[in-house]
Amino acid sequence: MNAHHNFSRRTLLTGGLATGFLLAFHLPLRAAPNEPVQPPDVTDGKFAPNAFIRIDVSGATTLVMPQVEMGQGIYTAVSMILAEELDADWSKVQLLHAPANEKLYGNPIFIIQATGGSTSVRAFWKPLRVAGASARAMLVQAAAAQWQVDPASCTTSKGQVTHKASGRTLSYGALAAAASGQTPPKDVPLKDPKDFVYIGQPLKRLDTPDKVNGKAVYGIDAIVPGMKFATLAQCPVFGGKVGKVDDRAAKKIPGVRQIVVLDDLVAVVGDHMWAAKKGLDALDIEWNEGPNAKINSKAVWDDLRAASAKDGVVAKSTGDIGKGLAAGEKFEASFELPFLAHATMEPLNATVHCKPDSCEIWTGTQIMARVQSEAAKAAGLPVEKVTVNQHLLGGGFGRKLEPDMVVAAVRIAKQVDGPVKVVWTREEDIQHDVYRPVYRDTIAASLSGGKIVGWKYKIAGAAIIARWLPPAFQKGIDIDAIDSATDVPYEIPNFHVEYVRAEPPAIPTGFWRGVGPNNNVFAAECFMDELARKAGKDPVEFRRGMLANQPRFLSVLNLAAEKANWGQPLPARVGRGVCLQPSFGSCMATVVEAEVDEQGEIHLRRVTSVMDTGIAVNPDIIVAQIEGGLVFGLTAALYGEITIDKGRVQQSNFNDYRMLRINQMPKIEVHVVKSGEAPGGIGETGTTAGPPALRNAIYAATGVALRRLPIDRKLLAAGKKA
Amino acid sequence: MATTLTINGETKSFDAPPDMPLLWVLRDILGMTGTKFGCGIAQCGACTVHVDGKAVRSCVLSVSAVANRAITTIEHVGSTPAGAKVQKAWLDAEVVQCGYCQSGQIMSAAALLAATPNPDDSDIDAAMAGNICRCGTYVRIREAIKHAANGQS
Repeated sequence: MNAHHNFSRRTLLTGGLATGFLLAFHLPLRAAPNEPVQPPDVTDGKFAPNAFIRIDVSGATTLVMPQVEMGQGIYTAVSMILAEELDADWSKVQLLHAPANEKLYGNPIFIIQATGGSTSVRAFWKPLRVAGASARAMLVQAAAAQWQVDPASCTTSKGQVTHKASGRTLSYGALAAAASGQTPPKDVPLKDPKDFVYIGQPLKRLDTPDKVNGKAVYGIDAIVPGMKFATLAQCPVFGGKVGKVDDRAAKKIPGVRQIVVLDDLVAVVGDHMWAAKKGLDALDIEWNEGPNAKINSKAVWDDLRAASAKDGVVAKSTGDIGKGLAAGEKFEASFELPFLAHATMEPLNATVHCKPDSCEIWTGTQIMARVQSEAAKAAGLPVEKVTVNQHLLGGGFGRKLEPDMVVAAVRIAKQVDGPVKVVWTREEDIQHDVYRPVYRDTIAASLSGGKIVGWKYKIAGAAIIARWLPPAFQKGIDIDAIDSATDVPYEIPNFHVEYVRAEPPAIPTGFWRGVGPNNNVFAAECFMDELARKAGKDPVEFRRGMLANQPRFLSVLNLAAEKANWGQPLPARVGRGVCLQPSFGSCMATVVEAEVDEQGEIHLRRVTSVMDTGIAVNPDIIVAQIEGGLVFGLTAALYGEITIDKGRVQQSNFNDYRMLRINQMPKIEVHVVKSGEAPGGIGETGTTAGPPALRNAIYAATGVALRRLPIDRKLLAAGKKA
Repeated sequence: MATTLTINGETKSFDAPPDMPLLWVLRDILGMTGTKFGCGIAQCGACTVHVDGKAVRSCVLSVSAVANRAITTIEHVGSTPAGAKVQKAWLDAEVVQCGYCQSGQIMSAAALLAATPNPDDSDIDAAMAGNICRCGTYVRIREAIKHAANGQS
């Protein structure tokens, strides 16, 4: 591990932290503290050919990260792609968080500056390669001009340009000034993948050394001189308001400085979190709960079931679904997925300093520019008066695709003189999440000759896209909710997908790791196993029969079956289940082996995944993401459910919103297949794969066809039959 | 109330209520933010520190209970033989993803190795089951502990 990456506060400060978005930089910038975000054209004489690359005269190569680091390893992957085409010296690479700037750092898939949906490498693969190659070409042009040789006769490697014929070499640092005067090339050629030196290698992550010694700075670790600490209580009922607040006892607690009462929340400001929390506990708050106090889970499910009985908007239809369903023996089933909280390990937080004419924010978010604009609205300031200092995220999982934590912190900070760090308790974090919506997916399929001849699939659930990215919500179809439902890999002659928009009452819903494919892969792959059984076929064999024209899917399925010892005998009440998924532009097969004990409890034994994601930028990070994604998905399958009673969330902390722990872990084996295809998404693939593969393992072990998550152990105790 | 603690071999004096958990003293009074807040009820292990070499949850440990005892945090655990081995093994095995829980994981693992130099799987389960990792790095945590124990670090 080279010593150039340091994600610590000390480095930030001694590095002359100017604008806060600076993550790790060893050379002082000249800008003064609290200045607005450094415009990209201010480069202090550095070679800055585009939004992503800065090279100074020492050769220090600073790469600006357009996607945020929340554990998925994207800082390393982005750097590898840029460094590859730039032929940078990897040991001289330093990283910066990008500032809020939608134009420069917008995600080409979402348009807005967002990190999510396993899009980072897919979206930035080409732009980053072009940026690196273009910068490299300008450095070569500068060297060739100085040497008066043909640029085509020069080569580059590890931050140097070489003219072999004359034995001359210049470093990128020495060329930085001259390269700035070069014209960027048009249609710059990109490397042949066979010439890659970084891409494809399991290079060490750049963000991890400071994460093992306590130096890494997450949003919650921001320290602003003179700051106070606050924690808050929002009305436990969705949409409820603050009624009366008796703060006499709270004010007597040592260290409590201020009680902030807003229309929908109360915050206590103190000298530290302990004072703030004790103060909050001592408040007597009367809430005006409002009409949502009547909402409960049963009503939510009744509504969703009723909605799912209606016809939906057709998202895809090939062949003739009417004829297809009539052509064989018909089967139907519905699958239901619960509300889920994100429970990032780093609870929601934001540190804010509101002044009359400016607002500065320290936080970790997946949506830099949107946080800036929403904070500006909350602060009543023009957007350019709001500075967002991005930090590492202690998990994102989609929770930080929402600006609500920053907006609440700004509203509180407006009432406070000086900076204030607002930290949610775990209970507030879980009870005021933006939840993965409930979904109900209904499938009708017909079998003929051992194959599926008709497949009618209907999704009912919230349209997150309609709220989050309205321009992408077209013709009543949520492209996220239907993701992986319309592109199942199997050849099915009569294929039909519908979507029914069904919004749960008052309960905020948003993206959750695995997004739309979570519900669709679960329903489709679970039903696939039921159909295999109806057809009298082995689940892997049944799938193979519909993959004749899908070599990538067939290949991952076959390899997963082989590696998992598919078909080998197992003890009683132990089963293997398979899942094949097209999600996030990657082809993946997973086999879970699990035991169901006499009481119906599940014991995970082994998970085998095979991934064909196209070109694997960093194979080790890919393996790590799949391992972790599987745990995330299996956790949800085993435990995850947010329930509502009297308008409020019933779970509150890790004691009743449980997580898989190390003592429950199966063996996990991940195989990444070599491929020359363009890279697919990775971060959410394991999450999507785990639950259906586990459910199918339980089906194999017990014969019980579960159709709802989380897994209901009562249905699995010995003696229960399907 | 004036309190004095020995943290990472240094004496620290500060004003804090006696019932204030060590976690908030470290983070909000002393500015030592390597120790993390995760749940506040000793369910997740993100706040794990060592008191007299034993792994404890600092979110439920009041400052009055740790006076005159040796406190070690993630910022200093690398100066202990077990802590240094664990940190190195964590990087060698690329355990870390978001990293937020890893201060606590490393503190639990370092205490385990200091007490049980060659832990088996059940020792690892017993010592580490109190630490949640939402990124799901458990497979590599187990590998890294074994790696550190085998002295390969």
